[in-house]
Amino acid sequence: MRAVAVILSVLLFGAARLPMEHALAETHRQLHFRAVDFNLDLREQLGQLGFVAALSGFRSLVADALFIQAHVAWERTEWGRVLFLFRQITTLQPRAVLFWDMAAWHMAWNASTAAMNDPAQPRLALRVKTAREYFQLGKDFLERGIKNNPERPELYEALARLYRDKYEDHEHASEFFAKAAALPGAHRYTRRFAAYELAQCAGREREAYAQLRALYDSGEQERLPTLLRHLKELEIKLDIRPDQRIPD
Amino acid sequence: MKVPMNDFRHRVFSFSRMTAIAGNTFTGLTRLKTFYVLLLFALLLIGSSVFMARMTFQQEFQVLKDIALGAMSIFTSLLAVIATARLLPQDIEDRTAYTVLAKPVSRFEYLAGKLLGVLLLVALSLLAMSALFFAVLLFREQSVLNETSRQMAAAPAEQSAEALRLVRASAFNVNLFSGIAVIYVKGCLLAALTLFVSTFATSTIFTTIVMAFVYFIGHLQPIAREYWLQTNSAGMFTKTFLALVVLLFPDLQSFNLTDDVVAGNAIPTALLLKTIAMGVFYCGFYLALAWTVFFRKEL
Repeated sequence: MRAVAVILSVLLFGAARLPMEHALAETHRQLHFRAVDFNLDLREQLGQLGFVAALSGFRSLVADALFIQAHVAWERTEWGRVLFLFRQITTLQPRAVLFWDMAAWHMAWNASTAAMNDPAQPRLALRVKTAREYFQLGKDFLERGIKNNPERPELYEALARLYRDKYEDHEHASEFFAKAAALPGAHRYTRRFAAYELAQCAGREREAYAQLRALYDSGEQERLPTLLRHLKELEIKLDIRPDQRIPD
Repeated sequence: MKVPMNDFRHRVFSFSRMTAIAGNTFTGLTRLKTFYVLLLFALLLIGSSVFMARMTFQQEFQVLKDIALGAMSIFTSLLAVIATARLLPQDIEDRTAYTVLAKPVSRFEYLAGKLLGVLLLVALSLLAMSALFFAVLLFREQSVLNETSRQMAAAPAEQSAEALRLVRASAFNVNLFSGIAVIYVKGCLLAALTLFVSTFATSTIFTTIVMAFVYFIGHLQPIAREYWLQTNSAGMFTKTFLALVVLLFPDLQSFNLTDDVVAGNAIPTALLLKTIAMGVFYCGFYLALAWTVFFRKEL
């Protein structure tokens, strides 16, 4: 009889705490906590032991162990393995900006450079094609990282750098530097970089001039050599009146 | 009726009796070799995290914090379960329970005192682990700061200051304390639940095995809850099974905030307080339940 009463109490307690637990889980979801989807894909990627460990609340530990493995794979230039491991790591810790940034850097910078210098592939066209595939993988990591961490400026900045250095797409580079600059915690230079990139976009010179001039007028600390060079170039290009130009 | 001055009437609940039992429990537990072995392993793991972190070439602080907080979480949970699981069977085996309960000590005071003793032990070990963790973090932070200062010696003062600020921000943040507090609350919950299980368990090993299952199922409970509340297509049997899992087991995922703390996410104070309140709610209920079972238990 007492056993039944105890079981009933536990069930009643469970029913009483259900709304509280649900509300707490909802708060976690709003804050982007518990962003991991434990499904069969993840189970296949992690293996049984890793999956159980991740389920038991040791997601970050499993992610770190895989991160160390990815580092070893990088040292051995096993790019396929690096990609495979970083996909697992970012699935386990989607809120760790470092992992998205590292994954993109390995793909878009290291793996693509290795592909361009691959002695086993004599045809340049194929080497370029492989390198561009790695750029795309890097971009994909950063875009998914931003989707999971929309409030962090680091990934916007990394994506802007990728557009600037790998795709030479100044318009997109400027757009993402500007997005990074608008977020709290962004580096001061991101605002400047957004203007620099805009200055190289055909047809947007006036907009770029306005931004660069605003930076120039904001104080001595922004008057850096690159900013002055871009301003001078735009003044000539836009035929700015001499009395409105910055001093030589 | 007048009560004479020297009439020491027995009170139903006495805080001093409970703390006396808690003190004895704590002393007894600190004499156990298991406690030192567990603490040693935890301290070794936290200490070695600094070397593991150096295996990566960048952002070693993240790896260091992950390993250290992970070790603290595992060992706090293990300690809470192992220390509590042996309390009642041991006391009954060596007849201490009879001696204590033969005195004017209520069974609730006895159980609450036992739990308090374990919670003290868990707090002390978590304190030791936290002290080592912060010492390791401070040591690495200083090394990286010195290295950065050397590298940035030729750079403008503003850039150098920015670099040093970034190092400091990535090493230490106040949310680490929130993470550690939640680890402790989870340890308390597990200790209270273990105490409840041990009131009807037949042996220490049985309690430990049951708690291992509870630990795993407790981490799966939110998945079962979401499925139970949101899926309408599931059959009657599945729904009943899910309802039992949800109602019988605690949601241990709510107490896993360290993953997000290490990832650099801020834990809002309201969320921290809600999580602590939830933990206290669980502990109170499991203690009351343990007392219900233990109240009429024939010793």
